[in-house]
Amino acid sequence: MVPGLAYFLVFHYGAFIANAVAFKEYVPFDGLWASPWVGTANFERMFGDPDFWHAMWNTLFIAVLQLVFFFPAPLALALLLHSLTSDLLRRLTQSVIYLPHFLSWVVVVALFQQVLGDTGLLNTTLSDAGLHTVDIIGNPDAYKPLVVIEVIWKDAGWGTIIFLAALMQVDEQLYEASAIDGAGPWRRFWHVTLPSIRPIIILLLIMRLGDILSVGFEQMLLQRQSVGPEVGEVLDTFVFWQGIVGGDTGYAAAAGLFKGVVGAALVFTANRVAHRLGEQGVYK
Amino acid sequence: MEKPRFATKAAKAVAVVVVLGLVLIPFLVIVSTSLASNREVVDNGGWVLWPSDPTLRAYRTILDGGIVTKALGVSVGLTVAGTLLSLACTTFLAYALARPGVFGGRPVLLLILFTFLFPPGMIPAFLLVKGVGMMDTYAALIAPVLINVFNLIVLRGFFQGIPEELYEAARLDGAGDWHILWRIVLPLSKAALAVVSLFYAVSYWNAWFHASIYMESDHWPLSQVLRTYVIGGSQIADTGLSEAGQVSAPQTTQMAVLVIATVPILLVYPFLQRYFTKGVLTGAIKS
Repeated sequence: MVPGLAYFLVFHYGAFIANAVAFKEYVPFDGLWASPWVGTANFERMFGDPDFWHAMWNTLFIAVLQLVFFFPAPLALALLLHSLTSDLLRRLTQSVIYLPHFLSWVVVVALFQQVLGDTGLLNTTLSDAGLHTVDIIGNPDAYKPLVVIEVIWKDAGWGTIIFLAALMQVDEQLYEASAIDGAGPWRRFWHVTLPSIRPIIILLLIMRLGDILSVGFEQMLLQRQSVGPEVGEVLDTFVFWQGIVGGDTGYAAAAGLFKGVVGAALVFTANRVAHRLGEQGVYK
Repeated sequence: MEKPRFATKAAKAVAVVVVLGLVLIPFLVIVSTSLASNREVVDNGGWVLWPSDPTLRAYRTILDGGIVTKALGVSVGLTVAGTLLSLACTTFLAYALARPGVFGGRPVLLLILFTFLFPPGMIPAFLLVKGVGMMDTYAALIAPVLINVFNLIVLRGFFQGIPEELYEAARLDGAGDWHILWRIVLPLSKAALAVVSLFYAVSYWNAWFHASIYMESDHWPLSQVLRTYVIGGSQIADTGLSEAGQVSAPQTTQMAVLVIATVPILLVYPFLQRYFTKGVLTGAIKS
């Protein structure tokens, strides 16, 4: 127990205390403790910084896209899988769609570049067929949909696990009873399937909300260059760029802390709303 | 239930085929291109769906003692050492938290769950690693991610599911905690341990960001090499990627690096896949 606890104390609570740097003007030579306090100056600067608001806007935009397109994808896939009558086919499909989850973002981004890049599979095929090529990777307008498609490719399959388990627990008798009452497939889906898995959907939604300001740090950082910060900067990459590359440590820590506080507040709020609506929520 | 209509069946079949294709075709193309000869790749405009004359030349070139070989060694070492350390620490902590009456069990659990809700942030974590003098050491890639809270909860849930009678019987026979953990709990938890070790191994194998900020290029793991030479598009020849000095079509070489970075995962995956649902769900439901 001791090494484990020590790990949490040092690397989580230790780092947590190091958040104090957000209220300081960090001077590398003096170190964290000797650097002068500056109160909330870093935060004031942040709220007046157009780059910060750019990053914020990009983050929220991608988060909303993810919520609309990525969130329901595993549910849809799970419903498809659940409705397959062949056991073998279902298992095979499951094995295949879980796989991309285990690839690193470096591999996934490289893969997408090789398929969709300007000399990639798609464009080679298009130009061989005498058609216009499309620039997807370097096109700022395509960036946001692209990153959402990447997330779907990587993790929608993995996300089906929890929905499949929920679908498995739906009482067969409910289906039979409603079929006898004359409910067609759509009615059964609407009145039996969905209500049965509602707690799981809400649970995942709350967890997603708490994380809404994190929209895939590694993924964004890897691709930020191809379209530039105007379009590609999100809060996490903003923190990284300012603090680790730019050396503006106190300022970047302030942005990171702001993100953390908002995220935690969102989880609490979402959880409370869920309780109000009579759902289980996440506990905690 | 009545028989599904033909149209529904056909639609489902199409959907399944499309889903499978979307996942599998990129893999196929990458493996094929890495195996194709330079001439075939160039003739095809950079792409090969099925190599007519497969060759391992690209692999021989990059595994000839250059930077990829070195990075492969780093990645393997990091994955093995990291997984073992993480697994050991997670198991001990999970066991302590799963047993009732351990001193301070409840507050410690809350303390840990809190970190899940409120992670410390990138900059403070960076300052900490720098502050304790771990820059450019392999410890920087292991220590800050030693225990994953999700894995901890999965294991704790599993340990709690073991019948209390077994613990009591062992106690009556005079077994201590170590003995109970080693002889009774671990053998019964193989499925959960398998899943947790896979998760750790994959995360160490895939680790990229920490390596990119903490490590000098001499100590890069494979993912950072991949990032630099495949995504970043840095020229392969002038960086000593190929010591042999052969000029290989960059496409085949890049694909070969990509395949090497992916293959270990593909190899362990089928063995562990059957434990996924069980392991993941016990954790998810219990938490």
